[in-house]
Amino acid sequence: MKNNKPKHNIKKLDATILRTATNYLLPLLLLFSLFVLLRGHYLSGGGFVGGLIASIAFVLHSFAYTTRRTLRLFQVPPRTLIPIGLTLSFISGFLPVLLGQPFMTGVWFADKVAVIGSVGTALFFDIGVYLVVIGVVLTILLTISESD
Amino acid sequence: MELLLVLLVGILYSAGIYLILRRSMVKLLLGFMMLGNGANILIFLMGELTKGKAPIINGDNIHFTDAYADPVPQALILTAIVISFGLTAFAIILLKKVHETTGTDDLDSLNIQDLDI
Amino acid sequence: MISNFILAPILAHMITAIVLLFFWKNVQAQKTVSVIGNIVGFLVSWRLFALVWENGNMTLQMGGWQAPFGITFVSDTLSATMVMLTAIVSLAVGIYSTAATNISRIRYGHFFIYHFLIMGLMGAFLTGDIFNLYVWFEVVIISSFVLLTLGGKKRQMEGAVKYVTMNMLASSIFLTAIGILYGITGSLNIADLPQHVAAVENRGLVTVTALLFFVGFGIKSAVFPMYYWLPSSYHTPPSAIGAVFGGLLTKMGVYSMIRVFTVVFEPDDFMLGVFIVIAILTMISGALGAINKRNIRRILSYFIVCHIGYLIAGIGMYTELAFVGVVFYLIHDVIVKSNFFMMSGLIQKIRVTQDIYRLGGFYKDYPKLSIVFGIILFSLAGIPPLSGFWPKILLFQEAFKAENYVLLGTLIFASFITLFIVARIWSEVFWKDLPKPNAEEIDHFAPFHMRGRLALVLPVVGLAVVSLLIGLNASFVFEVAERVAHELMNPSIYIDSVMHHLK
Repeated sequence: MKNNKPKHNIKKLDATILRTATNYLLPLLLLFSLFVLLRGHYLSGGGFVGGLIASIAFVLHSFAYTTRRTLRLFQVPPRTLIPIGLTLSFISGFLPVLLGQPFMTGVWFADKVAVIGSVGTALFFDIGVYLVVIGVVLTILLTISESD
Repeated sequence: MELLLVLLVGILYSAGIYLILRRSMVKLLLGFMMLGNGANILIFLMGELTKGKAPIINGDNIHFTDAYADPVPQALILTAIVISFGLTAFAIILLKKVHETTGTDDLDSLNIQDLDI
Repeated sequence: MISNFILAPILAHMITAIVLLFFWKNVQAQKTVSVIGNIVGFLVSWRLFALVWENGNMTLQMGGWQAPFGITFVSDTLSATMVMLTAIVSLAVGIYSTAATNISRIRYGHFFIYHFLIMGLMGAFLTGDIFNLYVWFEVVIISSFVLLTLGGKKRQMEGAVKYVTMNMLASSIFLTAIGILYGITGSLNIADLPQHVAAVENRGLVTVTALLFFVGFGIKSAVFPMYYWLPSSYHTPPSAIGAVFGGLLTKMGVYSMIRVFTVVFEPDDFMLGVFIVIAILTMISGALGAINKRNIRRILSYFIVCHIGYLIAGIGMYTELAFVGVVFYLIHDVIVKSNFFMMSGLIQKIRVTQDIYRLGGFYKDYPKLSIVFGIILFSLAGIPPLSGFWPKILLFQEAFKAENYVLLGTLIFASFITLFIVARIWSEVFWKDLPKPNAEEIDHFAPFHMRGRLALVLPVVGLAVVSLLIGLNASFVFEVAERVAHELMNPSIYIDSVMHHLK
């Protein structure tokens, strides 16, 4: 708010290599984050790590360009991802209760889906976590860079 | 390996506490991060290190039941990391705001309101 | 009895928080959703208490993983009582803050974080797993950090740095203690731990771990050497937040202490001695700290510290009757402390200041309100037949029976100081004429429309009625407290309710 000097310096900084690399790295990292998210049930990975990788992609983008341009990639403010993710996680936790089992019990579809494998509530819980993590990290990023 | 980790835990704890006792806010934050990491490695160490073994074994499996890897410490550490991630993010924003409002990094300058009764 | 219903109080507030996130910018909708959520939370907590009261302990194995492996949720009478109290305070403060909280705070997510905090408290009271307790603690402290710093005035920031530092330190110590406990026992389930702890050969390590837990919980509940963060932070946020913090957050530490030191660790004479000494020093430092303060909320912050000493003293005596006193005092304290903070907020709304020397003439201007405030003040001091009287008598008796005259003297000294300060607040704020009567300063209550006034006054009156009922209907509260104390002194009841299906 008070001293805008660092911002100007960043703009003058010629980050061509970083920008060019980011253009390719952003989709690649997002794809990788989805991969990590999906393999999470039996191998190392999961919603939290996947979400972090995805948000790192956006953080990288905000380094190469500006935070404002990164936020423009989203149609809605990233904060809205938080309630969507929480709702998804909550519903997948609550579903077994409706089936008369304890909260958070894993419920699985009988048939396997191609590529992904078995689909159950755990996957949707992880997707919820993934969305929440992206939302939270980007909101924090926004808060920090807003006050600069 | 155990000995190395024990030393690491000791170093992280002592460095963390030393940094917390300094007057600078940034060092305070670094101290907490070190303390948190030290605690995580402590839990990891406490769960006994087992390399390359399955964490969960079928009930009817009779082999290797004594040499399975304990999955609990990893779950605990993962949770603790997530929590310390949130705490650290919050603390960074807080200290940044404090720095903006007070214009100093010195923790001793934060005692003004303890003087008024 | 195994039932998903045990999670209902947690889920009620979780759903409310999620719904609130969808109404981020709509202030009126946020208020409505929050009040509805609080009412639902209150009703399910009431139902949970009734179920536990009738059928005994309830348990739930999360995700169907059996007891020592999965996360267990347990509700015994103590948990149900604490959940009930949390729900009452949350409802009252929730209604109060619809009128008292300013709009910019609500836009920054005040209610969302508030319900998150209450959810964390409910979780901490209901969980039966010590690491899960840590997680709920963190949920609570992260939410409390945000609530404390929303708005970001300089005073608030200063208090927040101390608060955040001490609470993060407490969490690190708590986590270290959990790590060591897991290392020596290989279990984290509160009901499963006692048999493992008893089997540990290295008793010194057990004592060290117990002390680490004590320090961790002690910082959170503001006992003697680690209390100073509380008086320097609790008076900075708005009163509605102060009410939840003052009423419930420190009690969460005390609750955990009771739980861990009755079920997991059997305290030996050394530990009990530590409890007693810490309790004495806490009471003295809290009482002496309160004596020269002029700001009502600052006085109250020291009262919180002082009265935590009572609870610790009760734990230190470790008899069934002492626990009856502790539980009764806990019930009384949660209600009265929250109400006291709301009262101070109301006084500030009306008169702008909280400095007792600049206040006055309250009884003349607002006689009906003053009677309600009088009830709050004098139940805090423990004038019979109000709620603070009965547990104090019990604690005095037990200290006398234990022939611990230093403790008895300190208990009486602390009560006396409390009474003295309460009498001073009464005479300065309510009886004395307003110094320099200033026409502009008097009617700050008028700009509030009728609904706003009602929302400010109703919760205060409601909680005052609750504390009156606790005092007048003491036999029922005694019955609750006796049952809790019986369960605490016989931890096998708790353990069996979790582990019985394994046999």
